[in-house]
Amino acid sequence: MYERIREKLGILADAAKYDVSCSSSGSNRKNENKGLGDAEGTGICHTYTEDGRCVSLLKVLLTNHCIFDCAFCVSRRSNDIKRAAFSVEEVVELTINFYRRNYIEGLFLSSGIFKNADYTMERLVRIVKKLRTEERFNGYIHLKTIPGASEELLKEAGMYADRMSINLEMPTEAGLKILAPEKSHEEVKKPLGFIQKSITQFSDEKALIKHVPKFVPAGQSTQIVIGATPDTDKEIMHTANAFYKNFSLKRVYYSGYIPISNDSRLPVIGSQPPLIRENRLYQADWLMRFYGFNVQEILNDAHPNLDVDVDPKLSWALRHLEQFPVDVNTADYRMILRVPGIGVTSALKIVQARKFGRLYKDHLKKIGISFNKARHFIRYGDSPMQLKEYEAGHIKGIILAESHSKYQKNPHNQLSLF
Amino acid sequence: METFVFDGTLEGLLTAVFYCYQKKSEKVKVVSSAHFHPDVFHQHFTVVSEDDKAKRVWAGLRKKLDPGWMLNIYKAFLSEQPQAFQHLLDFARYIIDHEQGAETNFGNSDVLAISQLEHKVHREKHRMEAFIRFQKTGDDIFYAHIEPDFNVLPLLIKHFKNRYADQKWIIYDLKRKYGLFYDLEKVEEIVFDFTEEMSPSLNALPARLLDEKEELYTILWKDYFKNVNIPARKNMKLHIRHVPKRYWKYLSEKQG
Ligand code: SF4
Repeated sequence: MYERIREKLGILADAAKYDVSCSSSGSNRKNENKGLGDAEGTGICHTYTEDGRCVSLLKVLLTNHCIFDCAFCVSRRSNDIKRAAFSVEEVVELTINFYRRNYIEGLFLSSGIFKNADYTMERLVRIVKKLRTEERFNGYIHLKTIPGASEELLKEAGMYADRMSINLEMPTEAGLKILAPEKSHEEVKKPLGFIQKSITQFSDEKALIKHVPKFVPAGQSTQIVIGATPDTDKEIMHTANAFYKNFSLKRVYYSGYIPISNDSRLPVIGSQPPLIRENRLYQADWLMRFYGFNVQEILNDAHPNLDVDVDPKLSWALRHLEQFPVDVNTADYRMILRVPGIGVTSALKIVQARKFGRLYKDHLKKIGISFNKARHFIRYGDSPMQLKEYEAGHIKGIILAESHSKYQKNPHNQLSLF
Repeated sequence: METFVFDGTLEGLLTAVFYCYQKKSEKVKVVSSAHFHPDVFHQHFTVVSEDDKAKRVWAGLRKKLDPGWMLNIYKAFLSEQPQAFQHLLDFARYIIDHEQGAETNFGNSDVLAISQLEHKVHREKHRMEAFIRFQKTGDDIFYAHIEPDFNVLPLLIKHFKNRYADQKWIIYDLKRKYGLFYDLEKVEEIVFDFTEEMSPSLNALPARLLDEKEELYTILWKDYFKNVNIPARKNMKLHIRHVPKRYWKYLSEKQG
């Protein structure tokens, strides 16, 4: 008797997994009605998949029926696969019962487009509305924006969702046109802009009136697929940067394309997804968001792709040795943050601790910086006299030799012909 | 050097700090009675926990430290590590003896030790918040048992009470033999006498105690876990770094 629901969950979870966003953070929904759940703070990963991705939300499609034919998507209309659809009640029950057992932080609901955009969006809205109003559910809800859905529906969705997202899919308009002629970046910008405007309106009103309902409190995000089109890292990150700026996005996700089709426009089935490249893009993204780097510094015409063998922060430092060494006892926080091997937490500890006296090697190690890496770029209380100036290639050689496991080129993750 | 033996409670430890000042002691070695081996050649002083004295020390610390740091002290204490007691005593004295702000001196080994201990305990707390899997019983109580590395139950109350405000739940620490019970109003400490059929290693209550739908949701969750996996990305090293093997016993999706 369990078979029907098991089969549906199988199909609709499987089809949803290629959307890599898993965040359940950034909302501020409290459990004030003595109902079920809350969505405050950082969110929790309740388990991890065998590929090491966080599982924090029940991530499913309402249906994998779709009228579109995007070449990179398993649910595309021309793909010969099993199709299924949940009822509104089924999604609600799964969410509540998983949540009560502490399996999840909430729901990530997306859908293929059946009939038309509004018909689909209307169903999605019914589910989240039922969760919030009838089940008094305060857990996290991430709702996909269906391109082309009406503004009324988007506005209603925003009253119940914590986060909304709509995917750019390909880094450039040209790439998208080749693989999904029915889609465009313009079509993504419209709802992003509309929801952003509504978020601002609500928060303006909040300043005036006390009880304004929440509207998409965890903001919006998008996903870019990597490696399906020949775009450079520069194109990818400049697109990401523009969307961060223009639409105040909370996150851009980079998803290494996993070949699922024999379409000649795409990498063949069996080629490895570009996992190292994906990781480097996330690192570059962090440098932009938390380390005060400008996208131009990381990727530009002279340097259009991220290095595979070293991370982008180290790569930047090696290209700018003139800015080093940085004296940890006197330098600006800003510059300390730019030292390879020093993260945000350590940088903060350094500027606090140095008020109590000069910092020596021992202190730095205890504070938790990667000393072996950082030592090439810093001066500290007892740093040895440096007799000769090292050049970039030499330093890189030493660092790579010392940290073989981490930077080792992993052939498993490279594109291969098989 | 003097040796102070205390009863292993936070109150006792704070009382010990009080005596450091009353006795004008210099270096003091502090040991909990559980870890203490009497030595005929060495004198020791037995600290008797006193509410008043402990409170005075706590209040003194609170004048210098923000609530976050006061919580750090509590968390470091819950680590139950023998060396934690020494660091806590020395840390408290260091704070009391210095100007406000001394807790940011990460060059000091006690400051650093407390923040590292706090970090470990916090991580364990966070893991429990993540990995606890409730099972619904026939009488509508959501039950889970755990064996955490540190004594984190007191730190879990707020999170679970806020989140699961409309369901009864029990979280039981099999190692320390006590649990928390939320009855829709308040959280209470409870102690069970387990019958033999309670298996400590598996998070599984006997089937006859469970709600009839429990089996379905366990199966669906396992199915879900299988289906979200992307084989082309498989990376067990990363997986195990996030979910160390000793936590697998909590996770229904990892069973069978
Ligand atoms: S519209 Fe969405 S679900 Fe449909 S084929 Fe395109 S990407 Fe897939």
